[in-house]
Amino acid sequence: MENHIKIKSRNMEVYYQDFQALHGINMDIKEHKVTALIGPSGCGKSTYLRTLNRLNELIEGTTINGQVYLDGISIYDKDVDVVKLRKRVGMVFQKPSVFPMSIYDNVAYGPRIHGIKNKSRLDEIVEKSLKAANLWNEMGNRLNSPAARMSGGQQQRLVIARVLAVNPEVILMDEPASALDPISTSKLEELIGELKKNYTIVIVTHNMQQAARVSDFTGFFLNGYLIEFNRTNELFLNPVVKKTEDYITGRFG
Amino acid sequence: MMANNWQDRVATAIFWLSALFIVAILAGIIGYIIIKGISSINLDFILQPPSKAGREGGISTTIVSTGYLTLMSLLIAVPIGAGSAIYLEEYARSKNRFARLVNLTSETLAGIPSIIFGLFGFVFFVLFLEMGWSILSGSMTLAIMILPTITRTSQEAISAVPYEYRDNSLALGASKWQTVWKVILPSSLPGIITGIILSIGRAVGETAALILTAGSSLGMPLSPADPARTMSVHLYVLVAEGISMERAFGTAFLIVVLIMIINYFANLSLSKIAKSMR
Repeated sequence: MENHIKIKSRNMEVYYQDFQALHGINMDIKEHKVTALIGPSGCGKSTYLRTLNRLNELIEGTTINGQVYLDGISIYDKDVDVVKLRKRVGMVFQKPSVFPMSIYDNVAYGPRIHGIKNKSRLDEIVEKSLKAANLWNEMGNRLNSPAARMSGGQQQRLVIARVLAVNPEVILMDEPASALDPISTSKLEELIGELKKNYTIVIVTHNMQQAARVSDFTGFFLNGYLIEFNRTNELFLNPVVKKTEDYITGRFG
Repeated sequence: MMANNWQDRVATAIFWLSALFIVAILAGIIGYIIIKGISSINLDFILQPPSKAGREGGISTTIVSTGYLTLMSLLIAVPIGAGSAIYLEEYARSKNRFARLVNLTSETLAGIPSIIFGLFGFVFFVLFLEMGWSILSGSMTLAIMILPTITRTSQEAISAVPYEYRDNSLALGASKWQTVWKVILPSSLPGIITGIILSIGRAVGETAALILTAGSSLGMPLSPADPARTMSVHLYVLVAEGISMERAFGTAFLIVVLIMIINYFANLSLSKIAKSMR
């Protein structure tokens, strides 16, 4: 199981109208590992992330070619239920975005959507998810207070708890720490380290130190191409491609 | 320097006077109505039906008619208005031709004088559909009149909902409809309620269109097929036919009070909702 490939993408291409945002991306993402996607703004790393839960198709005028396999099964097949896919592949966005409801209702949102009505079952899920997101100790006795009153860092961990509550296998994170202060960021990174025991994590970050700290594998994107993909140590210490070296040594970006 | 200072003072004085003017007008009108109207107000005036064309008795039937017509028109207009706002903002995101047509239509509707709606309602509902002068004809006409306000304010409220809510909800595996129903609508409710309040004000104050569609019967409307006279229509008839100025002011007083009560409760529910979201 150690080397099970959870997600495999082949020749992934994305066009926004006439603009080609991704050029033939091939990547194997290993189960229970953290894979970081780095690169300058507009390089396609977020676009690639959004191909993994089919979120790009919400943007009008988008054309998607290529394949993504989750546990070997294509997620772009016609008979794939997008709702079930997004249940298995959760996502955390750049800006912590809690719904304007209580902490409890935020976490229970997903389970309720997926048909769980039993109160004690929901209580159980909420507690488990908040504990897994390292938020139970701070918020366990304030479940009914509005989520929007929490700090930014707490809100982002609540968003993660909300994702965990639908019991996903993969968690996609799109620059989850970019709106957070350093202390909240280090708490989040710690959390990512704990989560990878049970989940496969793909994280987009513009922060190379963060990628180096949290990830097992790193992919470097530039102008819509995946330039280099390797174990994080290898990529940062012995980059094969000149462009990767230039980027990680801060020569551009 | 001196000249600037002098200009500044004059400008300040002028602006202050204009602001004072607004307060004075409002206080004047309301004060006048209270002074002239309060002497007619007693429990009988509110609870008794009018007799002798309104010379005697109270105005109870017109109060009921006002509430009846307003409520019915909201029951028709709110689902349609909010529904089209949801369609325009959530489902027709790109500016397709139909969405543009709907937008243009609702803008045009908003600018049409109420008497034109009254004429249409009279010809279409009262005569063609043979619904007669009735609560139903009147409330359908009112519904068409307030529809643009409700659609516009709902649209604004929905488009003000942060885009991230949609992404997050969909990424959790919610369908579009679940996202609209459980996240977008609750978040935009305060704005939608504001539109409803504005509409209630318009419905309560409407006269011309209602005389043509709901008639001016003083009886107590029971079924939606009954004709009805609202308080504003009653006020108009009392003055226009020289029946009783005193009672006209009494009616005006109650209209103002009614609007104030509606606004108060609407604000209350608004701040309650706003608080629950913070």
